[in-house]
Amino acid sequence: MSSTDFTWLIGGPQGSGVESGANIFSKVCAQMGYQIFGKREFYSNIKGEHSYFTVRISDENIHSNVNDVNLMVSFDAETIFRHFDEISSDGGIIYDSELENITTDKVRTLDTPFKDRLHELLESKNKPFTIAGVLELAKENGTTLYPVSFKSLLQHLSEEVDNPRLRNLVRMYNVIGVSLSLGLMKMSSTSLVNSIDDIFSKKPQIAEINKQTANYSYNFAFNNFKNFNYNLTGISKQPDTILVQGHFGTSLGKMVSGCRFQSYYPITPASDESVYLESNEILEIENGRPGSTIVVQTEDEISAIGMMIGASLTGTRSSTSTSGPGFALMTEALGWAGINEVPIVITLYQRSGPSTGLPTRHGQDDLLFTVFAGCGDFPKIVYASGDIEESFYDTGNCFNYADKFQIPVIHMMDKFLSSSVVTCKKFNPKKISIDRGKLLDKVEGEYKRFAFTDDGISPRSKLGMDNGVFWNTGDESDEMGHITEDPQIRIKMMDKRMSRLDLMLKSIPITQQAVSFEIHDYTIISWGSTKGPIIDAQSMLKKEGIDIGFIQIKLLHPFPTEYVQSLLKDAKVLIDIEANHSGQLGKIFKQNISRDIDYHILKYTGRGMTSTEIYDSLKKIVQNKAAKREVLSHGA
Amino acid sequence: MALKLGDYKTDVHNDWCPGCGDFGIVNALQMALAEMGIERDKATIFSGIGCSGKTSHFINTYGVHTLHGRVLTFAQGGKLANPDMTVVAVGGDGDGLGIGAGHFVAAGRRNIDMTYIIFDNGVYGLTKGQASPTLKLGEKTKSLPSPNPNSNVNPIGLAVASGYTFVARGYSYDVRHLKDLIIQAVKHKGLSFLDVLQPCPTYNDVNTRDWYAGVDLAKESMGRHSRIYKLEDTQFDPTVNYAGEVEVNEKLSQALIKSLEWGDKIPTGVFYKNELVSPFSTRITDNIPNYLENPPAKQIISNNGIPNTDISKILDSLDV
Repeated sequence: MSSTDFTWLIGGPQGSGVESGANIFSKVCAQMGYQIFGKREFYSNIKGEHSYFTVRISDENIHSNVNDVNLMVSFDAETIFRHFDEISSDGGIIYDSELENITTDKVRTLDTPFKDRLHELLESKNKPFTIAGVLELAKENGTTLYPVSFKSLLQHLSEEVDNPRLRNLVRMYNVIGVSLSLGLMKMSSTSLVNSIDDIFSKKPQIAEINKQTANYSYNFAFNNFKNFNYNLTGISKQPDTILVQGHFGTSLGKMVSGCRFQSYYPITPASDESVYLESNEILEIENGRPGSTIVVQTEDEISAIGMMIGASLTGTRSSTSTSGPGFALMTEALGWAGINEVPIVITLYQRSGPSTGLPTRHGQDDLLFTVFAGCGDFPKIVYASGDIEESFYDTGNCFNYADKFQIPVIHMMDKFLSSSVVTCKKFNPKKISIDRGKLLDKVEGEYKRFAFTDDGISPRSKLGMDNGVFWNTGDESDEMGHITEDPQIRIKMMDKRMSRLDLMLKSIPITQQAVSFEIHDYTIISWGSTKGPIIDAQSMLKKEGIDIGFIQIKLLHPFPTEYVQSLLKDAKVLIDIEANHSGQLGKIFKQNISRDIDYHILKYTGRGMTSTEIYDSLKKIVQNKAAKREVLSHGA
Repeated sequence: MALKLGDYKTDVHNDWCPGCGDFGIVNALQMALAEMGIERDKATIFSGIGCSGKTSHFINTYGVHTLHGRVLTFAQGGKLANPDMTVVAVGGDGDGLGIGAGHFVAAGRRNIDMTYIIFDNGVYGLTKGQASPTLKLGEKTKSLPSPNPNSNVNPIGLAVASGYTFVARGYSYDVRHLKDLIIQAVKHKGLSFLDVLQPCPTYNDVNTRDWYAGVDLAKESMGRHSRIYKLEDTQFDPTVNYAGEVEVNEKLSQALIKSLEWGDKIPTGVFYKNELVSPFSTRITDNIPNYLENPPAKQIISNNGIPNTDISKILDSLDV
């Protein structure tokens, strides 16, 4: 069967509605039954810099972007300059014809290194440094051009509906772009109108004007644009499908897991989660009075972790959400939670470092830092989710690990996940269980918070509980929690805490430790959000008869050495795929399993990996044409 | 059964230096808890790092000895999650006004119903006497190689400016007065701050017990010579009596001016008190009406391990 696999790109200056345009488009496609994988790229900027959204749609399950774009719609010049060469030869570009004479020098947000590269290319092809110049190149590549004057479109519309305000309403450009695209592909106009109603449900007047613009633009494209290779007519909807944004998995996971306290300091790309939790702070409880999540915006990340620990000591499931620089500030208190055996969950949405790095771009550079975070030896769990759907259930597991082992848990997410919009199977809250470990309901008799026990875990009282008085200290302590420097107690306490690392590996089900997507001679090891592009590349190769194995490691600390070793015993060539410079998982792997990594596929441009790039590199590896270290660079 | 003073003492060996001003503060705190009859398991003492940080181990209530500078963060988190609990945070002046100064200011903005006591001795005792934020410019305590090159932080002034709604100063050698101040502070609805002057007999040889007692002044004056005096013995009215900019500004400014008084006369007692500012819990109940009856620490989150939170409405809204 011929399957639909289509990628659409919308771009424009930040603040011009690129994201809402993409949301409307994604909703329409999802309503038409397609699977969606959308991803937003943006600068660290409020208004003016280039941002773009790619939406891949398919009738099969997809988990990644691909390199080629099949249709681009642009309402500014920069998008065309930056993306014209990504359009497939059977694809098209819808653009504002008013822009044709714009030169590269007129676009102030085009940075010099990019401009230099573009000028070099245009010069070599004898093209002018204008939009018309780059569009000629696209045309020579086979791309169909669909010029339309956005200005006159609005003028005609404003006359037709007799609304002079519409005439110069530049902020309609995003809706025009989306509607032209849908009209070109003869997609559902009903879904378009429904999506606009959904998105502007609280602003009926704005919805109305958007719908007028949408219908007009849709019809314009439907009637005037010809010869496009893609007509998306829709397929039957898969049941139980939802369209989610990146932070929905962990946010909803926290609500269901009973997280009732979240403290945070604003940081990209983590804050969306906290804002979402606060927007939904009152919770419906089955057969009970409403619950609530207290979300506190703190003065810094140090306060965020301090407050979370304070709240956790009262028996409340507590967490924070942050990114690398914020987590760096939390490391002292992380050790405090470690020595005091306080369950906390830190959701770490990684971005590209070091330091502020590429603050709005993707990276998986914080693995080593996280595994080794904090001074001194103490047990913790570092756990990574591979996609948004997983992150919902993993959040539940992370809270259980924290409670059961009385430790800090760092749940690794990243920017790739946080700025994705995807369809996935509706989350099932009943698949999350709540295990609070040795948290006490009541205390009887003499109580010792850090009592030595057979499994190294002591029954846990909580602040304010009857008869459960205890002490905490960041110093080494005795069973009561009072300071001690006694060498013998020190040995027992260190052994007690550290023994949990073994206990974790014994008691966490292996299916939660690592996931095997087949094992073959060539097998990939990876972690986190690379999962999506890897499994898509894997199936692309499978169709060509090339079998590649893949192990997704979820429990990164303590490292599941035995299980991973057993999985890999038949793999001959190991390929490590990660979005960082040094192959951090590879290092942890070598430290725990004395075996070399044969190939690294790495990317550290701050842009997520596409399945195309991974496919290409894997193919080179299989053909024995690859370097030991393949560095990927696709994406503007 | 009524609780006695002894019930609030632990048998942990107290290793503060002989003559340390900290003893007076711990005694006053234990006396205040006993007098208010707060059950041992309904109070938590959070402490910072340094000599004062050990305080929580000497008091027989819940005790959380936190990190340097971070005591307010832990304490606020605990109080927000379990608002039924009495929370007192304690720490040194270096802890609260040096490394923790950002938290000091931010806490004022929230006005969470709890008490913060700073043990104010002008030095970092446990690291052998370096200058701390309240030591005056040019002072040279005995382990400083040269006089202090920094101006001091004014704790009372900073608290008033940051939004603390109860601001007072005590003296660690006037334990009864200090106990009374602690009781007022704990009963205050909102964030209360107590700056407690506390001589460090080992490292601060400038602001000593004798200095506070005005022994040097006695040579000149025949009568009463202690530097310390009580605001309540004067006409000073610290309380914001009615809502209104004029009243609030007047009480704020007089507190600030009074906080600058230092030298031969040092005021103690209540500088500022304003119960007309909403405590943080009220700001929460504006959005979450049942917060105080069903706070995070009291919420039931599962039924035999099965989550009871119903997110089906949210999930349905995501249906394609």
